[in-house]
Formats: sequence, C-alpha cells, structure tokens
Amino acid sequence: MKNFSGNVLFLDRSDINTDEIIPAKYLTEISKEALKPFLLEDLKLDGFEHPRDIQDKSVIITRANFGCGSSREHAPWALEVNGINMVIAENFARIFRQNIFNCGMIAAELPADTINRMFSSFSDVETSVQTDLKKNMFTISGNDKTEEIPFSISDFDRSLVEAGGWVGYADKHY
Amino acid sequence: MGKTIAEKIFASHEVDHPSGDIHVIRLDAVFCHEITTPIAINDLVERGMDRVFDPDKIKVVIDHVTPAKDSKTAMQGKILRDWAVRNNIKDFFDIGRNGVCHAIFPEKGFARPGYTIIMGDSHTCTHGAFGAFAAGVGTTDLEVGILKGVCAFKYPESMRINITGRLSSGVFAKDIILSIIGKIGVNGATNRVIEFTGPVIDSMTMEARMTICNMAVEAGATCGVCAPDMITVDYLWDFIKDEYPSKESALKAYREYTPDNDAVYADIIEYDVSGLEPQVTFGYKPDEVKPVSEMTGEKIDQVYIGSCTNGRIEDLRAAATVLDGKRISDSIRAIVSPATPDIFSQAMEEGLLKIFMDAGFCVTNPTCGACLGMSNGVLAEGEVCASTTNRNFNGRMGKGGMVHLMSPATAAASAVAGHITNSKLYKGSGG
Repeated sequence: MKNFSGNVLFLDRSDINTDEIIPAKYLTEISKEALKPFLLEDLKLDGFEHPRDIQDKSVIITRANFGCGSSREHAPWALEVNGINMVIAENFARIFRQNIFNCGMIAAELPADTINRMFSSFSDVETSVQTDLKKNMFTISGNDKTEEIPFSISDFDRSLVEAGGWVGYADKHY
Repeated sequence: MGKTIAEKIFASHEVDHPSGDIHVIRLDAVFCHEITTPIAINDLVERGMDRVFDPDKIKVVIDHVTPAKDSKTAMQGKILRDWAVRNNIKDFFDIGRNGVCHAIFPEKGFARPGYTIIMGDSHTCTHGAFGAFAAGVGTTDLEVGILKGVCAFKYPESMRINITGRLSSGVFAKDIILSIIGKIGVNGATNRVIEFTGPVIDSMTMEARMTICNMAVEAGATCGVCAPDMITVDYLWDFIKDEYPSKESALKAYREYTPDNDAVYADIIEYDVSGLEPQVTFGYKPDEVKPVSEMTGEKIDQVYIGSCTNGRIEDLRAAATVLDGKRISDSIRAIVSPATPDIFSQAMEEGLLKIFMDAGFCVTNPTCGACLGMSNGVLAEGEVCASTTNRNFNGRMGKGGMVHLMSPATAAASAVAGHITNSKLYKGSGG
C-alpha cells in the first residue's frame, strides 16, 4: 500500500480541473516520472506559487469537484510521482475519483462543514495528516491544534487500495 | 419500478456486483486514441499480458496530434500502431483515414443503441446520443477494458432534462447545452447520467444530439444520453441493414433502450428554449455562460471551428452560410478543422472549403489539435480564441490563453467582425 500521511497542501478553490493539475501539452510523455515537474503548473489560485508550494507535500485538502474535466490519468500520476497519494475534498469528478482508486490512491470525501473547519483551523499554518486506514480516520495537526476526522471508504475502493489498483483486482476476478 | 435508459443497459450487461453500488459491466466497444492508450499498452506488456479481450470490439484512432509534431508524439503513434498489428485489431484509423474520435467512430457505425462503450477520453459521453452508455475513463480502466472487456461503475443515477419550446433561427444545439451547463453548473450532474428528452431533442439530427451529449461531462455527467428513435435508425441504417429486415424492425429492437414511463430520476428539469439567445462562455469554466449579445465587441485573436463538439458537416455548413462572400477581419486569424476525412470530402464537394478559404481561414486536416493546445493553433500568452470546442479551462489552448466557447455560426460571425458578435442567422428571440 502507498503512504497516505504527511504534510498538507491546502488548495482553497472548487472545480480545480485536470488541465490545471497537468496541462495537455505534457500528455505526450509516456512515463509517469516525466510529469513530476509540471504538477499544478497552470493552477489559477491567488497566492499559490508553483513549484514552491508543492514541495514535501503528501496530502491535498481542497473544496468541491476536484479533478473535473479530462479523463487523463496523468492527473493522479502527476500527484503520485510527487508523493501525494491522498486528496481530501467535498467531492470529486467521477473519472478523476475512479482513476485515483484505480491507482491505489485515496480520494476522501467529507461534508462541506468539515472541509470549512479544516481550512479555518489549519490552512494558515504548517499542517500534517496521519491516516489510519484500518480505523477509517485521519489525524490532522498544525500549531498546537489536533483533530481526529473520520472518513468513509467503500469496501470496493478499499480493496483497490489494498490490491494496489484495479488491474491487479480485475486480473484476479474476471 | 420502471427503468431509465442507463438502468436498462446496466441490467443487460451486468457481469458482477462486487459490493455496495459498484457494478461491473460487459463492454460492447473499447475506443482508443494515442494519448491515453500507449501507457496502458506499455503496462500490459510489462505485466506479460499483452493481449486484448476481443480485437473486433476495439476501435483505434490517432487523432490528438496528427501528423505527429515531434519524436514523442511519433512514438505514441508507433506504440498504438504496433500494438494494433500485434493484436489483430482491424479497425485502426491511421493518418489519411483518421479523424476526431467522437466524430469518426459514430460515422463508422461503432456506436449503437444499448451499447456499453468506454474510452480514455472524457468526451466519450458523446456516443450516448445513440442511446448507448458511453463513458470516459482513465488509463487503468481502459487497460482492464482492453484486457478483460469489463469496467466497474457506480450504479448510474439519472437526471432528466426535458427540452421544449421553439428554437429561434440562428440558435443551435451548442447554445442549448452551454445554457444548460450555465444553469446546473460544472458539478451539477456529477456521478449522474443526463437523459435529454423532449420535442426539441426528438426533432434534432444525430449531429446535433452528439453536440448536446458531448458536453454532458462539462456538467460532471458520466454520460449524456438520448433515446433511440427513427432518426437514430436512419443514421445507422447502412451498418445495420443486414441485421434487420426493415427500419421499423430495427426501431422496435432499439425501443428496448427507451426509458420506461415510470422510470425514477434523481432530478427532472423542464427547460423551455423559446427565446434562448446564442450563448458564449466568459471565464475559465464551462458554466460561466452568458448571451452573445452581452459579450459583443469582446476582442479576439483567433477563431477555431472544429472538434468533437462542433466539427461535423452541419457545423461547417452553418459557419459557411455566415461566411459566404465575406472575409475575416484583418486583425485575427482563423482555423477550421473538419472532424473526419468524410466530413472534409463532403465539405469539399459542397463548396464549403472554398468559402472558408476565400474568407481567409486555414483549413487543416481532421485532428483534435488546437482544442487542447497540443498542436495546430496553440495560443500565445494573453491571446483570446473564439472557439467551437468544449473547454475554456485556464491554459487549455495554450499557457496564458483565453477561450470563449460558442456555436460555429457565432464563431464565423466573430471571425468576420474581429470581435465576438451574433451571426446574421440570429434575428432576435422568437425570430
């Protein structure tokens, strides 16, 4: 299984699309590693500086409809090769969400008020997340504050995370 | 309890129900292009599983960057080409015979009522126009589809958008779908199938229905779908005439994939398009939409007519009607990409290409090209394009560029004016 704990990158905007996560001009690459320098290169977000703000981050916390747009799996790959294996948001675009789990990564959906609370308590300070997949929760901490937050993950998605992705699962079952 | 179109298709294709609301369905077709497929192919090779579930159900095209623009895109084409040969895939559309995937595959009769189709391309939802469940997927789902002929989906909840009223002259399918996305938002149909129904849809050509379904994903939908009818049968007749004794019998078979009267929808939206004006996007999201009349005079640098949304023959006819005998403004440049070789030939025979060229358009070969800023019309920083495509995301057509989405008629009129404006085909609401 991949690592789902570490420093948090807060992206305070809804509808961040796959062209922003990895621009189409890099889709000519045929290795995942080649995408690494270009993650979030075209993100339109005040205060965000590329690539400074993605250094040493392992988890993204953002708003609604993250990953809308193109079906490119290059978007989760670009996250993965930068060490980001978990995204926490209000909801995700369908294809992006499926791609994340198909890669053995986690897309955790939480209610808007929980997301709001995390932004107001932690987005201004250095924050980290420790995920306990067995207990379906993560601990978020920054400055002197710590909070335990439960999240749900379906049995099927969990089996993809544990199998390291959908190819392994499907090869065994179909 | 009655079923929606998607529920009927799922019921007839279910392979497994591993847990909760996850359903694994059998696939009737897997479509492939050179951008998202090569990594799946390489992974299958690495795993020692370089095979396909059924070579006749896999359809392949090189469309995003064609002709290849550099060594990397040439290699993507080569990986696809070699794989198709190795695995005996016959329906491979290489340069000279290639076109934009969501235009050429329907043209070849590969999308049928009741089919399940996946492709590593978000605009696969286009094929729902035929009463199919067609969904864009990522490379891993594509890889499993190629290998096993199955794909897992959440059980599809449907919403119905019932379109009524009388469309004004000069207002097109593109204007309808832009206005719908403007109303429900880019997250408005996430995880849902949109069933487009009503008299406006019933009287539309397949081309117009494809334009509508094409942009369902811009509202987050898994698929846009229209119930199959005689217009669907007529479009497909050349490909199905050996399967059915008459068009009526084909229609009867396809009626299996019309929704039940008591089907249950997550939401039903009634939309009267009488008085709808031509629409245009103004921001970096496809739901940032307003009437062209409120954007008139907005500066543009480039006009692009083409793509899986609006590169079909009807689109070229509408644009050519506006352009006939006119020249584009000296202040802009304009590009038209007929979406397939058949459309290109047809446009040539009808004299449309001459109208475009006389007006000062560059006519390119069929390709996705400029739509996603990969080739054939990338914008420079700060430039603005009036475009018939489907996405206006930041940087979509080139870093720092801006895209305004609109119909081919509006794009053609804007090319002549040198700024965004309504076409002469639009004579005001109710006209």
